[in-house]
Amino acid sequence: MNARLLPYVLILPVTLFLAVFFLYPFALVAKQAFTQGAEFTFANFRDVASHWKFPISLKNTMLLAAAVVPVQLALALLMATMVNRMKKGRDLVLYVWTIPLGISDLAAGIIWLAIFEQSGFLNSMMSGLGLVDQPVNFLSYQNPMMVFVAIALAEIWRATAIMLVILVAGIGLIPKEYYEAAEVFGASPWQRFLRVTLPLLRPSLQTALILRVVLAFEVFAVVAALGGTLFPVLMGEIYSYQFDLQNGNAAAALALIVLGISIVFTLVILRALRVPKGATI
Amino acid sequence: MAVIEIKNVAKTFGAYTALHDINLTIQDQEFMVLLGASGCGKTTLLRIIAGLETATTGEVWIGGRRVDHLPPKDRGIAMVFQNYAVFPHLTVFENIGFGLRMQKLPNDEVKRRVERTAGLMHIDQLLKRYSGELSGGQRQRVAVARALAMEPDVILMDEPLSNLDALLRMEMRAELKGVLAESNTTAIYVTHDQVEAMSMADRISVMHKGEIVQAATPLEVYRNPAAEFVAGFIGNPPMNFLPATPKGAGKWAVGGQVIDGPQKNKALNFAIRPEDLRLADSGLTARAKVVEPLGAHLLVTCDIDGALFRAVLDSDMTVKPGDTLTLAPQPDRVRWFDPDTTRAVA
Ligand SMILES: Nc1ncnc2c1ncn2[C@@H]1O[C@H](COP(=O)(O)OP(=O)(O)O)[C@@H](O)[C@H]1O
Ligand SMILES: [Mg+2]
Repeated sequence: MNARLLPYVLILPVTLFLAVFFLYPFALVAKQAFTQGAEFTFANFRDVASHWKFPISLKNTMLLAAAVVPVQLALALLMATMVNRMKKGRDLVLYVWTIPLGISDLAAGIIWLAIFEQSGFLNSMMSGLGLVDQPVNFLSYQNPMMVFVAIALAEIWRATAIMLVILVAGIGLIPKEYYEAAEVFGASPWQRFLRVTLPLLRPSLQTALILRVVLAFEVFAVVAALGGTLFPVLMGEIYSYQFDLQNGNAAAALALIVLGISIVFTLVILRALRVPKGATI
Repeated sequence: MAVIEIKNVAKTFGAYTALHDINLTIQDQEFMVLLGASGCGKTTLLRIIAGLETATTGEVWIGGRRVDHLPPKDRGIAMVFQNYAVFPHLTVFENIGFGLRMQKLPNDEVKRRVERTAGLMHIDQLLKRYSGELSGGQRQRVAVARALAMEPDVILMDEPLSNLDALLRMEMRAELKGVLAESNTTAIYVTHDQVEAMSMADRISVMHKGEIVQAATPLEVYRNPAAEFVAGFIGNPPMNFLPATPKGAGKWAVGGQVIDGPQKNKALNFAIRPEDLRLADSGLTARAKVVEPLGAHLLVTCDIDGALFRAVLDSDMTVKPGDTLTLAPQPDRVRWFDPDTTRAVA
């Protein structure tokens, strides 16, 4: 086999798979978004964007991402640093911390619902301790902040580990000698983290952040379980256009808007954390 | 002023003893080389002095202060790492200035010191580059400049030239020695390369299996090795050994020959450097096995009573394999070792 052709031949099956099951459906969705009947139009986008729920769901999605992702990043960095320092039990701790990864987002939402609902753990605990006389309904329209906090907690619990795994791998790639050099030249542990770990971790941070931010824009099941209609988000709106309102064109248009937002954020992250030429490990 | 005193330092890793009871004093502004084969504990000792490793027992004093409980930054040291450890995400300028930034020196002072040391190391043209855009030799220079910029009392170097090619190594050797002499720092330099050690050191500490066998000037180590290990390790080719039996009254039978030696009444080893032998009418009788013309000299590997024996002769000599040679040792260069202790006998 021709050595120059071989790589292309080897990626052919994957390419075909992606073309058939990703690019083709994607093209169909795009077509749907830009048509009404057989006509090419931007009307779907106009309709979707001018609907009264669009600004709220956009704001909610962004707020949630802005609250959740930084906390997850900080937690994942802390946990990755701790894991990296462990001599014994490192794998065990890593396994335990990544357990939530194996739980589906809907299941995660239900677990947290079991904690926060009126007959949930939190209420039984609080009444057991005598803090409340009767169960509080945390997840009601009277408590919008509580709904937000519950969703954010569930998301943090559920999806921090994906960043952790990426960052642990990245930290492991940083040679020990850099830390020793920094120590000899007077950097405190915190300065070593800021001036050695963080900059050398940029490639992993890019990957982890892009993955998490994009997934944060796609938040759906956890919100559905905990907030229901109290906390509209973009994905929920897409769902309701498609299945409640039977308006596939509007759903497709909104999906493309989310895609656009994801691409913009991806580019921003790539740019912000880029590594100058010649500055890689 | 920074005298370094290492007192009874020992280090064990689990059941393995990497250093046994090391005692060593390094004078102010001295260039001390730790020389030994790979795995003998050089790096471990250097890291204990730096504070990157903790000694199991013993004390380290620098400049009259006990430092073994202090973090590296409070010991007045700077270090050059074997793989340079030049930070890839920082420019050459920021690498050299790293320690100064950690000390929160004002910008113009950082700039002044970085430019001065970069000038010393001839890398002032590279200050804006990242380490990925540098050659190995240039990275090495950055690592040295970063240490010098700290204006430390003590500079510690762990095989700093071992990753460079031979020609560059020779060039850097001379340059480094010059720069360090200028800087008035005390230097500890780890290497396994005896040529490097001989050419750079004020004193060499020869290490073997976690012990310092001899600490002396290069010439002393070469001429008067304190133990058979040193005699065999230093010099290329190394010293020759032959078993000697006492004949009484300071006379010894060596290789079928009677030679003057110490007043001892037990078997010793006779030792002589290959270049301290001459072809003569009377002397040790050797059979030439391999003859290697090395340009300046002729290296002849011979056999004396079954023992390997090398002689470096003048390149004018015509010697063929199979020839029988009579080799006269230069009397004042003969050394004697006790085979039981492997130590030199006076
Ligand atoms: N962190 C460590 N854990 C266990 N053994 C070590 C460690 N560091 C060094 N050693 C052992 O100590 C011995 C001396 O090592 P080192 O000081 O690096 O030798 P050198 O620098 O002379 O080559 C070696 O046998 C090495 O395997
Ligand atoms: Mg070493």
